[in-house]
Amino acid sequence: MSAQTEFRTCPKTGLKVHLAAEKLIKANAVVAIVFLAIGGLFGLLVALTRWPAVHLLPDNLFYLALTAHGADVLLFWILFFEMALLYFCSAILLNCRLAMPKLGWVGFWLMIVGALLANIAVLQGNSSVMFTSYVPMQAAPHFYLGLILFAVGALIGCVLFFATLVIAKEEKTYEGSIPLVTFAALTAAIIAIFTIVSGAIILVPTFFWSLGIIQHIDPLVYKLIWWGMGHSSQQINVSAQVGVWYAIAALVLGAKPLSEKVSRMAFLMYILFLQLACAHHLLVEPGLSSEWKIFNTSYAMYLAVLGSMIHGMTVPGAIEAAQRRRGFTNGVFEWLRKAPWGNPAFSGMFISLVLFGFLGGISGVMMGTEQLNIIVHNTLYVPGHFHGTVVAGTTLAFMAITYPVLELIFQKELMFPKLAKWQPYVFGLGVAGISLFMMGAGTLGVARRHWDITFADATLSFEYPPMALAMLGLNGLSAVLAAAGGIMFIMVAVGTVFFGKSLKETSEVQATPEGVAAATSYGSETHLQLPGTIVLISVFFIAFVLYYFINWKYLATVWPMS
Amino acid sequence: MAIHSPANRLWWNERIEKQELIWILVAFVWGLIMFFAMIYWHIAGEQNLSNESYRVDPETYAETVESFTETYQVREEGDTGIPVVHPPAGSDIYMIARLWEWYPILELEKDKTYRLHLSSQDWQHGFSLQPSNINIQVHPGYELVVTITPDQAGEYSVVCNEFCGIGHHNMLGRIYVTD
Ligand code: HEM
Ligand SMILES: [Cu+2]
Repeated sequence: MSAQTEFRTCPKTGLKVHLAAEKLIKANAVVAIVFLAIGGLFGLLVALTRWPAVHLLPDNLFYLALTAHGADVLLFWILFFEMALLYFCSAILLNCRLAMPKLGWVGFWLMIVGALLANIAVLQGNSSVMFTSYVPMQAAPHFYLGLILFAVGALIGCVLFFATLVIAKEEKTYEGSIPLVTFAALTAAIIAIFTIVSGAIILVPTFFWSLGIIQHIDPLVYKLIWWGMGHSSQQINVSAQVGVWYAIAALVLGAKPLSEKVSRMAFLMYILFLQLACAHHLLVEPGLSSEWKIFNTSYAMYLAVLGSMIHGMTVPGAIEAAQRRRGFTNGVFEWLRKAPWGNPAFSGMFISLVLFGFLGGISGVMMGTEQLNIIVHNTLYVPGHFHGTVVAGTTLAFMAITYPVLELIFQKELMFPKLAKWQPYVFGLGVAGISLFMMGAGTLGVARRHWDITFADATLSFEYPPMALAMLGLNGLSAVLAAAGGIMFIMVAVGTVFFGKSLKETSEVQATPEGVAAATSYGSETHLQLPGTIVLISVFFIAFVLYYFINWKYLATVWPMS
Repeated sequence: MAIHSPANRLWWNERIEKQELIWILVAFVWGLIMFFAMIYWHIAGEQNLSNESYRVDPETYAETVESFTETYQVREEGDTGIPVVHPPAGSDIYMIARLWEWYPILELEKDKTYRLHLSSQDWQHGFSLQPSNINIQVHPGYELVVTITPDQAGEYSVVCNEFCGIGHHNMLGRIYVTD
């Protein structure tokens, strides 16, 4: 094949698009969305069961659905989509050919086989061990095997990403340094290697243990290494999601990072201070010392949190600067009021940013404090927290970037644009509800992964406060809303992919979307003014500090212990 | 733009905006405060998880709990047959988690201090004391010893909050605190 036929030129961005990379991006994105649909359905069933007035599923199906939910959304939806992002950020953004696309398909099919195998094991009913599969509870061997195959497939994707970066450098397909968004993807891919190695170290022996070849696996060691994978994969998600924020700000508003140096440093911190963040999953575990817990939970003085807090300022800052350049300079917030709120890429991105910070971020740091963990460990507070991070943050950001990707990569005109316009608001509101109400119930002590908090069949009896039951009802309602938002997304995405009008013919070249020149520099404006961003981060910071100390007060009311 | 290579090839020489610098500084100091808060609480706070733990064989632990129960049993709980144990104030007290019970029921005295031993006989379980809301992970093979001082009288429940199979939601224990 000649180079001519391998590439097309994107009429909107002028980027050279490698067709083999494009195919892989499409396949991974479509499969990701299928798993989101399946996993989201399980999530709805779980939430409806935890709503005491509905209590939908019987106990065994509840635990089965919860295991399937965790695996399908957290692992399969997120990772398939991240594969698509890795290919996009390397081959497409660098104008380069993708390294070894054939191998990319091997990875893709390994991931599919693995994901299906794990799903089959769960649906057969004897692997309801939750996606964390803590030993000594045992799942069927093909459950672990599925996860291992899936991880190997994902590893191949990461290798292709690195190889493509090397090719791009050698063939000089870009000038100077790689774009910030590609740098974000690079961060994610580096962490992914660490993650997958941890996963292999623990899941391979566990697989042999399930076959009876290995006799014993220590439950504490399992947990420590498992979270080496489980936690770092969340850091992958954060890197990818922040990269998506920057990408959308650039695509929609032509925004440029305030300072390349600061933003790249912040990504670097994710890599440097990640290593033993798994500690914050082990804060109330026996057998680990307080010194170890304190040092590792704070990732050595909270420097990875610092990375996120920096992005929390530089992302809205870049947007404000770009908007002010476009002339929205009145008052503190004209730039925000006049932002393209009708564009689902932008609204989704901004809602993701706000919810991630306020719901996921603050609660995560609170929970990850050694002693404060005592009042939340394994309560519904924990899923409340991570629906703020990985759903309101990552999932919504990925949904938001899907809209421009449908146009740029699939070259299709969006179906149901009205639905698309409202989708981020409906989903965002629903997920904010899930997150808040689960945190609320958790603060009142309600256990996570629990079929019946009224203890109807238990020998002894216990009642949580009525408020806790009300929280679960509100959580159920929010779940319905979130599911509606999810269905809207899937309708638009699937509708567009299969039935959307092709944009291939109508190729008006538009340098930057919305016809605005990109901000290549703010350098001439010697005094960059960002009053709106300063107000936003001040509100955030005050909320953070207050909430943090309120929880210390709450801790001080429980039984003294040492 | 963030999706293009930096326009300025020497981007690392660019000046950092003042707003950014101030925010980085604020966030860094806040990180330090949060780091030292944990250490401070070990010195001045009253709620810290103990570091005392031992490896233990689950069956041996079960035997210890059984003889502890026989020694200090005062009654049975209603018609459930579950023993209620009233150990002397200040002593070592034991609870075992297993599919699907917390055993035995403890009766403690308010404002007295006890050394509570926790371990599991089979899978992992979650000790969740309600409504006080103290949550501790319980592993098989590890015996945690935590010193507690119940400071309010009443009836407390121990919910299991680590998923432990199909009977997980029926796994309830109890601690009475008497005046
Ligand atoms: C319609 C959207 C969703 C709803 C209604 C929903 C609801 C829930 C509920 C009620 C729980 C159970 C909490 C418990 O009983 O312990 C849960 C658990 C969980 N959810 Fe979701 N969720 C949704 C989407 C997602 C997405 C998109 C992700 C990941 C990207 C996700 C990740 C998880 C994980 C990892 C768990 C924990 C499973 C476990 O404890 O093993 N959820 N979700
Ligand atoms: Cu249990």
